[in-house]
Amino acid sequence: METTEATITKQYTLKDFKSDQYVRWCPGCGDYALLNTLQKVMAELGVPPHETAIISGIGCSSRLSYYMSSYGFHTIHGRGAAVATGVKVANPKLSVWQITGDGDCLAIGGNHFIHSVRRNVDINVLLFNNQIYGLTKGQYSPTSKKGFVSKSSPFGTVERPFRPAELTMGARGTFFARVLDVDLKNSATAMMAAAKHKGTSIVECLVNCVIFNDGAHSWLAERDFRADRLIMLEHGKPMIFGKEQNKGLVLDGFNLKVVTIGENGVKASDILIHDAACDDTTLHMKLALMEAPDMPIAVGIIRDVEEDTYDAGVEKQITEVQAKSKIKTFDDLIDSCEQWEM
Amino acid sequence: MGTSNKTELDNVVVRFSGDSGDGMQLTGTLFSNLSAILGNEISTFPDFPSEIRAPQGTLGGVSGFQVHLGSSKIYTPGDDPDVLVVMNPAALKVNADAVKKGGVIIFDQDTFNKSGYDKAGFTTENPFEELGIPESLQLIPAALSTLTQSSLEGFGFDNKTVLRSKNMFALGLICWLFNRPIDQAIHFLTNKFGKKPDLLHANVKVLTDGFNYGNNLQLAINTYFIEKSHETPKGKYTSISGNKATAWGLLAAAKKAGLELFLGSYPITPATDIMQELVLRKDLGVKVMQAEDEIAGISAAIGASFAGMLAATSTSGPGLALKSEAIGLAVMAELPLVVVDVMRGGPSTGLPTKTEQTDLLQALYGRNGESPVVVMAANTPDDCFQQAFMAGKIALEHMTPVILLSDAFIGNGTSLWKLPKLADLPEIKPNYAKAGMENFNVASRDAKSKVRYWSIPGTEGFGHRNGGLEKDYLTGAISTDPLNHQVMVDTREEKISNISEFIPEVKIEGNKDAELLVIGWGGTHGHLMSAVNSLNKNGTKIALAHFNYINPLPKNTVKLIQHYKKVVVCELNSGQFANLLRSKVAGVEFLQYNKVQGQPFTVAELEECFTNLLK
Repeated sequence: METTEATITKQYTLKDFKSDQYVRWCPGCGDYALLNTLQKVMAELGVPPHETAIISGIGCSSRLSYYMSSYGFHTIHGRGAAVATGVKVANPKLSVWQITGDGDCLAIGGNHFIHSVRRNVDINVLLFNNQIYGLTKGQYSPTSKKGFVSKSSPFGTVERPFRPAELTMGARGTFFARVLDVDLKNSATAMMAAAKHKGTSIVECLVNCVIFNDGAHSWLAERDFRADRLIMLEHGKPMIFGKEQNKGLVLDGFNLKVVTIGENGVKASDILIHDAACDDTTLHMKLALMEAPDMPIAVGIIRDVEEDTYDAGVEKQITEVQAKSKIKTFDDLIDSCEQWEM
Repeated sequence: MGTSNKTELDNVVVRFSGDSGDGMQLTGTLFSNLSAILGNEISTFPDFPSEIRAPQGTLGGVSGFQVHLGSSKIYTPGDDPDVLVVMNPAALKVNADAVKKGGVIIFDQDTFNKSGYDKAGFTTENPFEELGIPESLQLIPAALSTLTQSSLEGFGFDNKTVLRSKNMFALGLICWLFNRPIDQAIHFLTNKFGKKPDLLHANVKVLTDGFNYGNNLQLAINTYFIEKSHETPKGKYTSISGNKATAWGLLAAAKKAGLELFLGSYPITPATDIMQELVLRKDLGVKVMQAEDEIAGISAAIGASFAGMLAATSTSGPGLALKSEAIGLAVMAELPLVVVDVMRGGPSTGLPTKTEQTDLLQALYGRNGESPVVVMAANTPDDCFQQAFMAGKIALEHMTPVILLSDAFIGNGTSLWKLPKLADLPEIKPNYAKAGMENFNVASRDAKSKVRYWSIPGTEGFGHRNGGLEKDYLTGAISTDPLNHQVMVDTREEKISNISEFIPEVKIEGNKDAELLVIGWGGTHGHLMSAVNSLNKNGTKIALAHFNYINPLPKNTVKLIQHYKKVVVCELNSGQFANLLRSKVAGVEFLQYNKVQGQPFTVAELEECFTNLLK
């Protein structure tokens, strides 16, 4: 039974997914690029706008639902995952997207986040991570680095940040990708893969906040150094990166290590091959948690494994029980009561 | 044979009491159901401790189940028992005071020993004397454990399994005491244990031996008989608990509207049964999500409502507090939603297993902003069906959250329920957006009723963006315009107040020319009605106006109340409805009778109160 496929009827363009609303993000905000990419991906996916539902919570990123011509629901702070779960369970035919930010998703909405991931409900989550609260004008978020100075941490935070990948995999996530706002092509690839993945797909979008946390991801974003500081992971391809495409990742004991092909006897065939479909999370976690400056930051589709989804499970159980039960109508239910004449 | 006299009674109250693990609830349920089949009116109420299994034989572990049988209309599970069945000294200690003069106490002799007395905190070896139990009470000792053991000798069960059947011995004894044939009990047991023939055989054997034991007692015991009720309207009946009736009422509303039902919920006493009942109904397409918390429960329900289902969430007071913000979202998004609050003692964790009506103001006002919702309440266990159905109907037809107040007393209690047919229930017509509508947007609404049109994701041509931000009245786009906000606030309020045109007027029960008008709402109806009927029989002129709809109030409310000279509002809180009425009804002095003890009213205390007010 294929209930999760929305009907594909015709060719769409980016315009078909644009609403008539004026986009109100700050000039230069990374969200613009992601909105554009999302609209492009949706057009390419071919799911009609009216079979697409965009659910968001509260925060700058969550305004995105207003800018799409599909069905949209801008809900309350942190609860987008729960609302999106309800939408998907109610109508599994819809293509359901949740737009959220690091505060909405990982602070106030942390509980709903881990539980939607655990249930593996078939929704696509774009987690805009700019490591700051933008809409409330500049407080640190649960992903801000320790020591981060903000309006609510004038002396630097004394908190350890969440790492979304770690949280996703800790909650038994089946799909995790990471993209950079300025990298349009790879963002599109990851969003497309998220849409096609059955289950909760988490796409961590590293987004710049020009006003309150400018340069949050500058280590990666600087064009000249990007190739050396970032590794684009592709399923089935060797983990090679660098301007010269001569650096790679190998295992050194239980840890990952950067090596240079041609140095110290390292051959291209020594480099690890990325297996996003591997059930075991160990290597995925290692890759996702690589940190600068010693290691490149991993982007691309880090984990993409098949598991039963919650919404399909709900449907399946209903079908099975309906096939067996003698109760077909409400009146049958009434007739099934222990009853007597008075 | 015993030389028993048979006394005919109009009604009788039996209380079964023992350890949480003694099976008192099953015994009580079987006894009330078989009495109903024999034509009696029934009403039951369980009273359990919040501990699942407190130490055996201690006061904290005592759990009770009360059954009221009648040959005429009965409204409550009764105040005090005529017959008390106790499985241990602790149960005796907790309940002895309540037994009516001339009543009967049946006790398990086997537990009345030094160890049992110690656990119950008796200081002597004679608990009856220690408690000052009057001689007018009839004591029926029965060594339930020993008798059950000898009844099941040779069955090959271990002792623990054997003793689990002693509640059936008690049931047999009670059937004898009330001159009830045990055939029907055997029929029930066959349904329950049909797949386990060993257990069925054992339980039937113990039940039969219990009955025969009574029959052979060489005691001059009064036995009782309750005639069939002739006041009950003819028809097919079952007995139903309020929580089950609520679940089925929601289900019926969905089916009547041509929709499927979604319930997003989180376990909470005393509302959990609603979720557990609906999760059984996958055969009728019900989707139940046990959420990670109360907020996720309602949020998922709001998502399901957005996606086109009849959505509900069930909870109790603390859960309602957690859901406040999400209810506000449903108000703002103008989505249909039923929120069931099975009220318990509060504040905070309070008295989780006990009953109260203390969430009324929370339901009415517990949100930020001007946030009107429909608030309604159910009267009795069987009425929960009707009110849950109406809550679903109003939510769907008026595009609004509806808070339905039930309580631990009616939620866990049972009453007779005349079985409905779906065809006989009122139509439900959701206010759908229609094809060909011009300039449809998320704020488009019926000009007169102010009800927003519902368009469901998946429908071409009706894509829209809903949300918690204020919308422009005309375009539905987000708006912070001052005058527009005023218009939207007024519109949402008007939409709710218009509902008074669609709901029934409040009725007067009792004597219309009364000198005293009693006002109540929700789960106190049974006690108030019993007290009012009883006083009217004695020549007092007294009337009852009992409310199911609290926001909006029925449109005849003001005139009806102003008609009476003396008015008393009775509630299981400190006066929440009384204060609401003071703000709505001018020129009336509202007297109050309040009780916040985690317990329902007693008919006796109400009669005393009303009598005093009329002096």
